[in-house]
Amino acid sequence: MDKFTTHTGVGVPLKRSNVDTDQIIPAVYLKRVTRTGFEDGLFAAWRGDPDFVLNDPAYASGSVLVAGPDFGTGSSREHAVWALQNYGFRAVISSRFADIFRGNSGKAGLVAAQVDEKVVQRLWDWLEDNPGGEVTVDLESRTVRAGAGEDAVEDSFDIDDYTRWRLLEGLDDIGITLGHDTDIADFEASRPSWKPVTA
Amino acid sequence: MGKTLSEKVWDEHVVRSAPGEPDLLYIDLHLLHEVTSPQAFDGLRLASRTVRRPDLTLATEDHNVPTVDWDKPIADPVSRTQVETLRKNCADFGVRLHPLGDVEQGIVHVVGPQLGLTQPGMTIVCGDSHTSTHGAFGAIAFGIGTSEVEHVLATQTLTQARPKTMAVTINGSLPEGVTAKDMVLTLITHTGTGGGQGYIVEYRGQAIEELSMEGRMTVCNMSIEWGAKAGLIAPDQTTFDYIEGKPEAPKGADWDAAVAHWKTLRTDDDAVFDREIELDASTMTPFVTWGTNPGQGAPLGATIPSPDDFGEPNDKVATEKALHYMGLEAGTPLREVKVDTVFVGSCTNGRIEDLRLAASILEGRHVADDTRLLVVPGSVRVRLQAEAEGLDKVFLAAGAEWRGAGCSMCLGMNPDQLAPGERSASTSNRNFEGRQGKGGRTHLVSVPVAAATAVRGTLSSPADLQEV
Repeated sequence: MDKFTTHTGVGVPLKRSNVDTDQIIPAVYLKRVTRTGFEDGLFAAWRGDPDFVLNDPAYASGSVLVAGPDFGTGSSREHAVWALQNYGFRAVISSRFADIFRGNSGKAGLVAAQVDEKVVQRLWDWLEDNPGGEVTVDLESRTVRAGAGEDAVEDSFDIDDYTRWRLLEGLDDIGITLGHDTDIADFEASRPSWKPVTA
Repeated sequence: MGKTLSEKVWDEHVVRSAPGEPDLLYIDLHLLHEVTSPQAFDGLRLASRTVRRPDLTLATEDHNVPTVDWDKPIADPVSRTQVETLRKNCADFGVRLHPLGDVEQGIVHVVGPQLGLTQPGMTIVCGDSHTSTHGAFGAIAFGIGTSEVEHVLATQTLTQARPKTMAVTINGSLPEGVTAKDMVLTLITHTGTGGGQGYIVEYRGQAIEELSMEGRMTVCNMSIEWGAKAGLIAPDQTTFDYIEGKPEAPKGADWDAAVAHWKTLRTDDDAVFDREIELDASTMTPFVTWGTNPGQGAPLGATIPSPDDFGEPNDKVATEKALHYMGLEAGTPLREVKVDTVFVGSCTNGRIEDLRLAASILEGRHVADDTRLLVVPGSVRVRLQAEAEGLDKVFLAAGAEWRGAGCSMCLGMNPDQLAPGERSASTSNRNFEGRQGKGGRTHLVSVPVAAATAVRGTLSSPADLQEV
C-alpha cells in the first residue's frame, strides 16, 4: 500500500445523506475479478443525470469527496472503495461513515475523514462559491483545509490512531499480523475440540 | 462488574491485545462466496501465502447464480467467470465448496446454520454484510471487505477495535400475524440507518425469546441495516434444539461439553450496556417501507409521509428524494400502492418457515392479474424440503414462479431484476435505489404481507383477504 501523508485535490460536494454502497457501485458492476476497472460503475445510476456533480466539468477531476451523513451504508463490498479510488478519489469527508466502509477504506488506502456536520456544510458552501476549488486532507495533522483568508475552512478530522499510523507508513496489515504467528498458534492450541470444522 | 454476552464471546477470541492497538481476534468460521473473494485469493498468490485454516473455511455460490436452468452453464459470461474463479480458487487452496448443482448449495447465511456450522459463542465472518444473521445463535458474526477476507484467509484472525455494547429489549408478545420482520423494520425506523453504528447489539426480552430460530435470524440479519457492527441473541433451549442433529453439530460427549459451555453465554445480571433501547412488541403491526433506505418505513395502515413531517433538514431532503424516486405522493394510504412484482426469498426470509407461511396464505388463492410472484428458496435443502411438503404445488397453483436457490432478486446480480419503474414488495433487506434493478422501486415487507400483496396486487396484509 502506498503511503498517505497529505493530499490536495478538487473537492466534490455530494449533497446527499445515506449514500449506500449500492449507490456508490451497483451490484451488476461487481463481477470483475480484479481490483481495477470499477470506475465505470461509480455512482452509475446518477452519472446518467446531466446535473449530477461529476458531470460538471469543474468537478470531473475530483479527488476529495465531501458527502452527507451515513456514507457507505449497506453492503460490505470493498468494490465501493476501489471504484472511488479507480476514479481518482483519495479521500472522503463525511460526518458519519458506516463501519464496514470505514474499515475497507483504511485497508485499501482511501482516507475516510470524519468531521462535524457543520464542517461538511461549510465545505459545501465554500465549494459552491469556488467550484473546482481544491481541498486538502492532511493526515499528519488530521486537518481538512480549503481556501485562504476570511472564507477559508479549516478544521480537524477524526480517524483512529491505528489506521492513521498504517496509512502514514503504508503498512501491509497481513504482514503485521503474521509477525504474531506464535500468538495465533498458541491460541489455536487452546481451542476446544468440539468447535466445528468444515473438512 | 459482570460481562455482557458479546463481551464474553469477544474475550474468548482475543489472540493478542495491546494498548493503542485494535485486538487481534480469532475467527472460528470464515464463509466465502464468489463476489467478494477473487481479489483476496489473488492477493494470497501475489504474496505466496496459503490459506491458514481451510478446515475453518467454507464456500458456496449464491450471488450470481441463475434460479432457472441451474443445471446449464451460466449464460452471463461475466457471472460465469466469477463463479468459475471461485471454483478454481477453492480447488487451488483446498477450500470446501458447495457449487451450483450441489445439494448443500444456497445463500451462504442459510447454508451455515442448516449444516450446523453456526453455533453459539463463535466468531463468524464473511465478505457479506448480512453475516450478522448468524448472531441469532449467540455468535459474534459480521460482514467484512475483501482486504479483510484476504487477512482471514492468511491468518485466521482479524484486527478489530472493540465495539461498544447495546441492548435492544423487546418486551411483550407479538400480536397474531405480526412477524420478526415487522419487529426489525419497526426498530430500524425507530433508530434510523445509523442508530447502531459502532455497537454490537444484543436483542433480548420476551418477544425475542418467543421467536423461532428462523425468526431470530431475520432480526439479526437486518442488524446491519441500522448500522450495527453485529447483532446477537443469547442461546437457549430453542437454539440447542435447532442445532442438535445437524450434520456438523457436535455429537456425543462433544455435544454435552458444547452445551455446558453455551449455557454460560448469557449477559450477567450486573453487566452494564453502553446504551439501551426498549420497545413493546404488543403494539407492533405489519410494517413496510415507503422510501429508499430501510429506516424509511411505516405501519401498513398508515399513509405515505410528507417531507414536512420531518424536522431535520437532512431527513426532509432525503424524504423528498425518496418519494420522487419511488413515484409516490405524500398522503396516499400505503394499502393503495399498486405492486408489480412480489419477491419471497433472500437471507432475510428465504428459509423453510417463511415458505410454509407464504404457502399457508396462498393456498386456495391466486396471484392478482398484472402481478408477478417469485418464490426463491434460500438453499437447495430448503427447496427440497418445500417440495417434500408440497409447498411448490401451492405456489404453482397460485400462479407463482417456483425457482432454484440463490440471492436472486434481493440484489439482482443474476437475471432476476426489476425493470425501470417497476415496483416490488420484497421480503429481502434493502430498498436502496436500483438495488433490485436499475430504476426499480422496492418496498420491504414481511412474508405474510408479501403473500397477501401478491393476491390483492396492492400492499396488503392477510387480514385484507377474503376467506377461502
